[in-house]
Amino acid sequence: MRTGYKLRTRFRALADHTATAVAVLSTLLVVTPLVVIFGYLIFRGFSSLNLAFFTKVPVPVGETGGGMANAIVGSAVLLGLASVIGVPLGIGGGIYLAEFGRGTKMAYAIRFTADVLNGVPSIVMGLAAFSLVVLPQGHFSAVAGGVALGIMMVPTICRTTEEMLLMVPHAVREAALGLGVPNWRSVLSITVKTASPGIITGCMLAFARVAGETAPLLFTALGNQFWSTNLNEPIAALPLQIYVYALSPYDDWHRLAWAGALVLIVLIVFAVSLVRYVTSRGVLKGTS
Amino acid sequence: MGVGIEVSNLNAWYGTNHTLQDINLNIPANHATALIGPSGCGKSTFVRCINRMHETNPIARVTGSVRIGDLDIYQDAKPVEIRRRVGMVFQRPNPFPTMSIYDNVAAGLKLNGYSNRRELDSIVEKSLKNSALWDEVKDDLKKKSGASLSGGQQQRLCIARALAVDPEVLLMDEPASALDPVSTSKIEDLIFQLKSQYTIVIVTHNMQQAARVAEKTGFFLNGRMVEFDSTHKIFTNPSDKRTEDYITGRFG
Repeated sequence: MRTGYKLRTRFRALADHTATAVAVLSTLLVVTPLVVIFGYLIFRGFSSLNLAFFTKVPVPVGETGGGMANAIVGSAVLLGLASVIGVPLGIGGGIYLAEFGRGTKMAYAIRFTADVLNGVPSIVMGLAAFSLVVLPQGHFSAVAGGVALGIMMVPTICRTTEEMLLMVPHAVREAALGLGVPNWRSVLSITVKTASPGIITGCMLAFARVAGETAPLLFTALGNQFWSTNLNEPIAALPLQIYVYALSPYDDWHRLAWAGALVLIVLIVFAVSLVRYVTSRGVLKGTS
Repeated sequence: MGVGIEVSNLNAWYGTNHTLQDINLNIPANHATALIGPSGCGKSTFVRCINRMHETNPIARVTGSVRIGDLDIYQDAKPVEIRRRVGMVFQRPNPFPTMSIYDNVAAGLKLNGYSNRRELDSIVEKSLKNSALWDEVKDDLKKKSGASLSGGQQQRLCIARALAVDPEVLLMDEPASALDPVSTSKIEDLIFQLKSQYTIVIVTHNMQQAARVAEKTGFFLNGRMVEFDSTHKIFTNPSDKRTEDYITGRFG
């Protein structure tokens, strides 16, 4: 054995352990706030949860009881609208950037715009939807809220879709073209399909992000203390309801706000898991 | 049945790089033809010109003519039609990773709008039998992904996928260079069986492989075809000094 070999081995072992320790520590640092927030939410919100919370609409100040049924349904409607607008636009844009517009000035402009849009404060998105939908219509509406959230989803989905498509190996595209498959068909049925787990993750991220947004809804969906699923009328949403209740001076409303926050998070986790489960069924053995 | 390929005055470029220069060559039907030569000599570019894959690269350009049977592929047909008549197997096995074994084989037909289930079933079975993979995969055709197979099996899957579209010509670009010796010999046996039904063009770095599977061999050097003759003649008594230098291992 050469001299110094043993020393070097010991140094490498030490470096190995240190790197592992740093990685574990970072993980803990990242996970801790999440666990703490979730734990505190359960602690504050769980006691206010009862059947009425899920079945009743809010009651006037002074009366006890009431729930957020209208806000839960309202959030679902708004997020449904937002996804209908944001997912196809975002994925379509991403496909254009990665497959058809590669290297063109148009693609560069779109990519730049998407990146800027990603950084625009959400209240500005609300203002945009206000002037695009609310002003021409003359009233607040669920549609306006859906448009605001939908526009917010587009840049995230667009850019993740592009990134994921670019990660599909060139060999896979060549295999499809080599079989005499037209390019558009190869893009849709092979490239997009191969990248779909990543694209779905991108959509879920965008969905979860807008699900908790309050600002863009303030002057679009407005909020509603009553039961409404009419797309042309103001609609309640969990984040809005939480916002109103949390700022109120009443303890009863504070408790409901905590419960609302808990329900919002649980619903987001549930929705994301559901999509993951549905899209992972039928995945074959050995698929990476 | 396979058809012959007539190549005349074929030139190809990547950007300003003149990768193929004045290639003239007649590839016989229902035989295996090997193309040998050092890396970068233009063999791969040449086979990619036969199914018009060359032009999928935006900076690529081609002149000259290639006739497959009675079809002038640069005049009379669209690239997608050519590629259905000329199957291709690539250097690295490239099964579609999200598809089952069955769907991989059926892909060429399904993606071109073919949907008769019973016929698809029988085509998939026939193609997998033709590529000597059927016995190894018949029990998990729809359960396992193409990517779960071993490298050698994946390459035979890719051959089955190419055969399923019923091509007349099969291009193989170093089909065994990423495989171990056992898988390689399986692929070679396969080429031997397939050449009665298809015209096979195989690019290879392995001269023994060329000698084993091909009746005709072409030697490429620096974008030109130096010599094209029967495999026996190329390896025992080449007419060109450069061919002799290459096969005796003096360069390349």
